[in-house]
Amino acid sequence: MDTDAITRPLEAVPTTAVKTVDYKARGFHLEVSVSPQHLRDVVTVLDRTGFFIETITGVDWLGEKAALRKEAEAAAAAKAKAAAAKAAKAAEEASAEVSTEESPAPKAEKAPAPVAAPEAPKQPEVPQTDDLEAVYDFNRYDTLFRVAVRVRVPRDTPEIPTISEIYPAAHWHEREARDFFGFTFAGHPYMVPLLLPEDADFHPLRKDFTA
Amino acid sequence: MNAFAPNPTNETFVLNLGPQHPATHGVLRIKLVMDGEYVVEAEPVLGYIHRMHEKMGENRTWAQFMPNTGRMDYLHALAYNHNFACIVERAAGIEVPERAEFIRVITSELNRISSHLLWFGAFILDLGGFSPLLYAFDDREQILDLLETVTGSRLTYCYFRFGGVYNDIDENFEAGARAFVARMRERMPMYHALVTKNIILMKRLTDIGHVPAEMCRKYGATGPVARGAGIDFDVRKHEPFSIYPRFDFDIPVYHEADSMARYMVRMDEIEQSLRIIEQALGAMPEGPVMAEKVPKTLKPPKGDYYHAVETARGSFGIRAVSDGTNTPWRLKLRTPSYSNLIVFGEAARGMLLPDALALLGSLDLVIPEIDR
Repeated sequence: MDTDAITRPLEAVPTTAVKTVDYKARGFHLEVSVSPQHLRDVVTVLDRTGFFIETITGVDWLGEKAALRKEAEAAAAAKAKAAAAKAAKAAEEASAEVSTEESPAPKAEKAPAPVAAPEAPKQPEVPQTDDLEAVYDFNRYDTLFRVAVRVRVPRDTPEIPTISEIYPAAHWHEREARDFFGFTFAGHPYMVPLLLPEDADFHPLRKDFTA
Repeated sequence: MNAFAPNPTNETFVLNLGPQHPATHGVLRIKLVMDGEYVVEAEPVLGYIHRMHEKMGENRTWAQFMPNTGRMDYLHALAYNHNFACIVERAAGIEVPERAEFIRVITSELNRISSHLLWFGAFILDLGGFSPLLYAFDDREQILDLLETVTGSRLTYCYFRFGGVYNDIDENFEAGARAFVARMRERMPMYHALVTKNIILMKRLTDIGHVPAEMCRKYGATGPVARGAGIDFDVRKHEPFSIYPRFDFDIPVYHEADSMARYMVRMDEIEQSLRIIEQALGAMPEGPVMAEKVPKTLKPPKGDYYHAVETARGSFGIRAVSDGTNTPWRLKLRTPSYSNLIVFGEAARGMLLPDALALLGSLDLVIPEIDR
């Protein structure tokens, strides 16, 4: 089917990032990331172009930011180490030229100086709270075309607008996602637990949940 | 359609259907607001056998989750095995030997027939006809015996493996399957004469319980519910997996969107499954039934994957997120009965109670699959 006819109106919605996915390897065709404010616009486009809703689910990315930070730190450290090694090598060469009797102490003092400088601005780039991601799966009856819409919200304030007026099936899918992950679906008309007991105040699919 | 005379006093009462009501085939509860004999509002209440399979998936290895798949839809467990095997094979890039694919198709189609037979018997039982259940179970028994010889179990199968199947089939199984195809072909005209053309059944189902195509789309209904509403959608043709494209079979589609259409779709599907089994038995290649190079500890590459198969009730999809370790980071199970049941709240509005029960039966619900 004409992928452009689908992607063009989706790209017109603000804050969207539309990405074509290798279907053979991954099992779906299009990946759309959008901010919570514009989710309903994306879903309206999909509804108007005749998609049906497969499901709504969540993914808890606890530990993702820590891993990113660690990666960034490791990269910075590796960079610093390389720089230090380079500096040490340069100093060694320089000192070898000047005098061979000089003690190795000043080399060590020289080395850490360039290390601290590039590391300091790296820290604030990665925010502290991890994300909770809501994934909306859509498909078509007439041709094979799967679309996954992704919305990322911080774990401590996971608020997303409801799409239950557009697709009534979302009534249940959103109740289930709230049961399991603790999303807040703003505007949902009947938010009571669906699969968990009616007094459940826990969210079992959060990665920090313990029974 | 679905219109009823206004109630002069506006008095309604709440009727509790379930959670143990026999007509719901399991622990489903439906809260009905009734106006006399008419349904004003219907709200299914779920979760009585919720086991959190998705969390179980996150704390065991990929291979250890396989037995769980057979315990969701216990009537078509092999399709669930199949989907999980397929998604892991897609993620990890495992090739499946041809013979294994044939065995997968044959066993899962047999399983589909057994599921439809159980639905058939139980559905007619809902409508007040007892004896068809006995005939259907007699036929279903043949399939269970056959599958037991290769899989080792009769209901909650765990037969497929990543890269193949657990056990090769022998001549006895092949002969048994051929005999079953012949037997079932003979039985189908009897079912149609005994049940389909029964005037009481026709009056209970025809033009009652409409689930039109647009409603299916809005609720994400698939399987016989969608095909009974004129939507030509079957994952086996639409998004071909395994070796289904090699076989010549039709997707039965009816346009009436009533309970009768859904009944007819399933009855025709039994015949189409027989065609697939017959062709697969005829073209069965020799060879291994397991891929050779399947690593002991499986670590699919980082990323997320989707795979769907057609079960007896509709499209079953898995969204798997791998973080590159030997346990899944997330497994979302998109089950067909769940989406099909959401339709009930809207479709049952304004129906007579016995008709609403016929509609519920025609959706073919399996509760452990809805609750997961």
